[in-house]
Formats: sequence, structure tokens, C-alpha cells
Amino acid sequence: MDKLIADLKTQIIAQLNLQDIKPEDIGDDQPLFVEGLGLDSIDALELIVLLQQQYKIKLSNADEGPKVFRSVKTMAEYITAHQSRNV
Amino acid sequence: MSQSVFVAGTGAISAIGNNVAECLCALENGQAGMGKMFFSNSAHQEKIPVAEVKLDNDDLAQLAALPATKSRTALLSMIAAREAINNAGIENFAEWRSGFISANSVGGMDKTEKFFTEFLADNQNGKLRDVVHHECGSVTELVADGLGIKNYITTISTACSSSANSIFFGARLIKNNILDVVVAGGADAITKFTLNGFNTLMILDDDFCQPFDEHRSGLNLGEGAGYIVLVSEKVAASLKKKPDVMLSGYCNANDAYHQTASSPDGTGSFLAMSGALKKSGLQPADIDYINLHGTGTLNNDLSEGTAIKRLFHPHYPKMSSTKGFTGHTLGASGGIEAVFSVLSLLYGIIYPNLRLQTPMKELPFIPVTDFIKNAPVKHVLTNSFGFGGNCSSLIFSKL
Amino acid sequence: MYIRATGNISPQKTFGHLSFLNEPVVYHGNRLACIEPDYKELIDVKLIRRMSRIIRMGVAAAKECLLEAGVKMPDAIITGTAYGCMEDTGVFLTRMVEFNEELLTPTAFIQSTHNTIGAQIGLILQCNNYNNAFVHRGFSFESALLDGMMLLKEKEAENVLVGAVDEITNISHTILNRMGLYKQGPVSNLALFKTTVIPARLSGSEAGTKGTIAGEGASFFLLANEPSDTDYAKLDALATFYKPKGIPEIEDQILSFLNHHSITCNDIELVITGKNGDNRSDQIFDQLAQSIFSKNQTVNYKNLCGEYPTSSAFALWMAAHIIKSETIPEILEYGGPVEKKIKRILIYNHYQGIHHSLFLISTC
Repeated sequence: MDKLIADLKTQIIAQLNLQDIKPEDIGDDQPLFVEGLGLDSIDALELIVLLQQQYKIKLSNADEGPKVFRSVKTMAEYITAHQSRNV
Repeated sequence: MSQSVFVAGTGAISAIGNNVAECLCALENGQAGMGKMFFSNSAHQEKIPVAEVKLDNDDLAQLAALPATKSRTALLSMIAAREAINNAGIENFAEWRSGFISANSVGGMDKTEKFFTEFLADNQNGKLRDVVHHECGSVTELVADGLGIKNYITTISTACSSSANSIFFGARLIKNNILDVVVAGGADAITKFTLNGFNTLMILDDDFCQPFDEHRSGLNLGEGAGYIVLVSEKVAASLKKKPDVMLSGYCNANDAYHQTASSPDGTGSFLAMSGALKKSGLQPADIDYINLHGTGTLNNDLSEGTAIKRLFHPHYPKMSSTKGFTGHTLGASGGIEAVFSVLSLLYGIIYPNLRLQTPMKELPFIPVTDFIKNAPVKHVLTNSFGFGGNCSSLIFSKL
Repeated sequence: MYIRATGNISPQKTFGHLSFLNEPVVYHGNRLACIEPDYKELIDVKLIRRMSRIIRMGVAAAKECLLEAGVKMPDAIITGTAYGCMEDTGVFLTRMVEFNEELLTPTAFIQSTHNTIGAQIGLILQCNNYNNAFVHRGFSFESALLDGMMLLKEKEAENVLVGAVDEITNISHTILNRMGLYKQGPVSNLALFKTTVIPARLSGSEAGTKGTIAGEGASFFLLANEPSDTDYAKLDALATFYKPKGIPEIEDQILSFLNHHSITCNDIELVITGKNGDNRSDQIFDQLAQSIFSKNQTVNYKNLCGEYPTSSAFALWMAAHIIKSETIPEILEYGGPVEKKIKRILIYNHYQGIHHSLFLISTC
């Protein structure tokens, strides 16, 4: 899980072009949207693509987004849960 | 500078008709134009319904008297623009200072996409003639040259408000005594670029769109072209058929909220509508019909609806979105809907808002769901709101 | 109408109000590139991430202009761009083809919309005022300028921010090169006009070489109705004409334009023309130099910024600075009397013989 979280932070920074932010600046439980990192609706769409591209997971319903993308940790948990199902 | 600007002619082509008469017929009979993608070879063909013009490029080219190798956008543009000019019936057209103010969102992208596939494999591949009309302005010039207009030609590209902006820019050129006659509006063809772009934004409905419905889930992309011929008082007076519809109000404002989403309180929409009213000297209660932008997305309809609530409460005019018929024609939408607005005044008709089953709970008004004839329509407001917070409203009035 | 302030990012050292073209930058080859500032000093990092290069260029140039003008909220923001946001268009198209319409992301698509530059400026300023974008080849800037001038005349605005931005990308350069626009073989921008020899006879001979050099730039202006103490110049007039049939028509258009403003060529101290080193399109300028401009001092500018559809914005920037600074940079090789004050400048440019424009500016 720790490696996944670390990988996710790097991928998020790259995907969202978050210049000037390093992986260590993002807390595991830090809110990604509105407060915390302050991401918006376009970023959410980018993260949906990231899930698909890097982890082959398709969000079945866009409404799940806010829950799944609440923090890097919740994203990692979602990925872990769905990857084991895919196997 | 305060001279009136009249509408002398209209022309349109869309998923519901290849000319104004056909479109009117479909509007009256509730015949929407969306369906399964037919002319595009997109990977999403099976999943995403669109509202295509029901002619292939060969047929369009014949109607347009342009080669079939030209961009579909240019073909659509030519057909509608020429219809508008013919409809205006200005006998001594060549004697007036004339302009062509067009709009489109992605120019000749349908051809560029074709080129790109080959170009990516090898950058010396791909036919150059397919990218010659890539630019928005090139498509416009193709049509202007065919129409013989050269005093003033330009293209506006502000996403979904583009052709509304073209129309009132054209009117201002007349008011500033730079031109006497302006053919203004816009065109857009469905392209894979646009289709995929909107798909990534997750605002496409995978069924037929339901503007202003509580359970709406997005828009359907459409294509087409719509133009009106604007004339000065002097030209109007010289015409056999005296125009009795004028562009009485217009305004462009910016939402300045987000790149693509509209503000929850509809700031841009509110400012555009109230600015147009101020320009026309009318009060909200004077408006008889609003042709809504009404794309069917969760965001737009709520934002637009909220702005209407703020501005019109408690005197809500009849209103409807015609995108339930034509789909969202992007750069052409302002133009096509301006044509529908002018026709509403000329014939005293109001169009139904299709597939409205459950009214939106946030709004204290409900768009009309029947086609209304013999309606006392004297002032029509039409909205066009685009990406980048670009909000435009036009008001047409009958003398 | 007054040009109150400017902001210009170009292949020369023009951003940041450094000395006026005193240190011309040399380029070898047929592609010039803008000298860009450190955007982090001008734009919030959180916003930069949503801006591709052309948008950054436009926003930075606009900001510099507004800062100089001391205007926080312009009454209108109007942009002109011929190609729009090409980098983003290319990125989205590439992915679309390579991934067969799967796994596409929205950012490049959103950023490719042609009004994004003006929209981003509006967003940063939280400006709800008029915002328009013209995308019409060699008339993009002129249309934007006309829109701004009309707003001022209509008193719908007291000041307007008008600008033009165009970029060259690897993809666009490759395509335009294939279309035969650019010089092949060794070329240096500052020697651009030396490759075109004005023939003694005006017709027949194939003097000079074909092709020009690619340029790009972001140039913004704050125009105002009322004068101020720090204005650059007055913008007296603007005219455009499309696909003229030949030299006689071009001469006619120019003379009518001047006549309409009650002046003749004799009243113009400096003519700035858009020669671009391509002997096919420079013929027009060479012939005018022998006819209506035969008594005028003429300088050119495309050796500095390259050729692109909205380059006339660079010319206007240059003209405004010539008037205000009362100097003509050495690089322009002005051949007239040094002590003569430049009170009136005419800019005449054409793009590919299709889009012709005239600007008249004068001292305040």
C-alpha cells in the first residue's frame, strides 16, 4: 500500500501538471478537492483517466468520484480493492 | 449611430431540416434530429447519439456548389448563408458595402483529423489539401468567396456563443456605418475531435437529451449552420419586402468562474440577459419568449435557470430549448437559434421543449412542451453560453 | 483613441520594457522563437498548470500591458489568433489517433478552444466584461482591434485590452514548411532582406529567393478614449482590404485611406511595411516603394519577429514605441534625417497577398 501511495502521488503530480509540488508535499489523508490541494472538476476527470491508464480500472459511475478521490489514501484503497477483484 | 438594424433574411441547415422550411416543419411536428451516428467512423459510433444533418458530403457539396473534398463545415455554412441571402432578396446586393461575419469552433477539423492519422505515421505523409482549410478563418473565406462578399470578412470563435457574437458584431458594423449589409451567423460539423473532447468532459447524454428536465444527463452534439442577413435602415427602406424584425438588443458578458463550468448563480448569463434588455430598452416583462441555451447538462441548465429566476421573477415568459430537436450545434447554435427566434416573431410561434418529463425542482418555472401557434410574440430573447464563461444574449423584436 | 500601454513577447527582447530593440537577437534558420519570461513571477503557479505555452504568453503580455496602464479591470478583453492553441490541438489529436479515441483527457481539449487566452485573462482578473475572440487568419488582430475601437466609439467602454497571439509548434512548422512558406537553406533573420534584390526592371526576373521565416508572438495594447500623460501614441485609423486584384487597386486603397483622413503620403514621416523576404510577396512592397511610397522613408519589421498571420500587432507595438521614444532603433536601417521628429506613421502589411491592413498612428 505504501508503494502504491507513493506511486500515486508522483502520477497525480504528472497527470495534473502540478508544478512546484513534490510527492512529499501531499499528505496521505490530505483532501484533494476544494480544500487541501484545491483540485477541481477537470482534475477529477483527469484522475478518472489516470485510474484507467495506470491501473486499468474504470470508474463505473462518475458519482463515485468524490468518494474515491477524497484523498490519495482513499484512491489507493479503491485501487487495491478493485485490482484484487480483477485478478 | 443609433440606427436600427433589421433582419432581412434567414437560412439554416440542421439535423431537422436542410433549409428553414424543413426545420420549421420538424419543429411543428415534434420531429427531433438525433439518432445513431451515421456519417462519422468514430470508435464511439455505437454508444453516443448525435444530431447529424441527414446528407453526406457529396449531397451537401451539390447543394453548396462546392467540391465534396472541402470541409463539411464549409459546405454547411455555404448552404445556409446562401439561403439567407436569397431569402433577403436584395436585388442590388453588389452595390452595398457587404460583410460576412461567420463563426465556427474548430474550422476544417474534419479534414485535419484525416490528415493527422497519416501525418503521425510519417510527417511527410497526409494530403496538404486536407489541412489548407484547418483554420476557422479559412472555412469562412471559402464561403465568402463563393458568395462574392469581400468588403469585410471575419470569424469569431468563442465556443458555443460564437455565432451569437458574430450576429451582434455584424449589427455593430452597420450601426458604425462601416457596412450596409451583413450576413452573420455560424456553422459547425461534428468531428471526432469535438466528439471525443466532449466525451472526456463527461457531459454527453448516452440517450436523447432532456434540457431542463430534473433527470437530464447531458447534451447531444449536433451540427449545422444558421445565418441571418442584417441590413441598415437605408437598405431596409429600399427592399420590396420590408423587414419587420429587428435586432433590438445584445450583450456579451463573462462568467469568469471556471474554464468550462458555469457559476452556480449564473452570473455571466444574468449579466448577458440584463445587458441585452438594457440595450433594447425593454423590461423583463416585455419578453414573450426565451429560446434557452438549454443544452441538457446538469450545470448549464441550472446556471441558466437560476439566472432567469433572478432576472424574470415573477413574470416568466414562455421558454424552451430547441436543442432537444437540433442537438447542441456549438459554433452554429447562436446562428440557428437566432433564425428560430426570428421565425418565432414572423409567424407567432413558440417551440416545445422536448422530452421534458419532470421539471427541475430548483426552478419556479417550466418550459413549454407544446408547439404554440398564433402566439402574441413581439420580443424574443435567445441565449448562447460558451466555454471560457463567454455568455451572449440577443433580443429580436417585431415592429 | 490612445495607445496607453503595451505588452509584447516576441523573438526579440521586448518583454519587460527593456531598451527599445537595442540588442537585436540573431536567428539562423527559418524559425524564430519567442523569448519568454519566467512565468512563475507573473502568474500564480496554481493557474500556470492549466496554461499551455501560448496561453502563458498571452496572459503574461496582457498582464504587463495592464500593469503599465495602471488598469486592474479593463472594460473589454478582445483577442485575435489565427491558429489558436496549436500545441493543445496537436496533443489531443495525437492521443486521439494513437489511442484510438480511448483514454483521452479533457485538459488539452479545453485548452485548445480558441478563446481560451482571453478567457483565462478574464478569469484571472475576475472580469465580467465583454470578452471576444477573432480567429481569422491575417485579419485576426485587425478584427480584434476594430471591435475594440468600435466599443470605444460607442462609449460602451472607456478602455479596452486588445491583443494578438500566435505560436509556432513543431507540427505546424512542419506542415507550413511542406506548404512552401519558408526559406530552405541557410538564412539569418537579420539578413532577411538582403536575400531579395530589388530588380531594376519590375517584372519578369526571378530576383531574390522564395519563402520567409516563421515567427510568433503575443502583443497586447490598452486603448483608451481619454488621453493620459503617459500614452504612447494616438491610433487614428485602421483599414483592411481583402484579395485586391493588383497593384493599382492596392495603391487606390492606400491613397483613399489617407485621403479619408485628409492626408497624403507627404504627411507621413515613416512607413512601416511587412516585407518578409519572400520575393513572391515582397514584389508588392517593392513596387509601392517605386510608386506611392517613392518619397517616403520605409522600414520593415519581419526580420525581427518573423512572419505569422498576426505579426501586424508587432508592427503596431514598434510604431507606438517609435513615436513615444522619439527614436528609431538602428536595426531598422532608417535612412531618413535623424533630427526629423516622427509625428505620423503608416503601417502597411499584407499576409500572403490576401489580407491587407493599414494602421495610422500619430503623436499625442
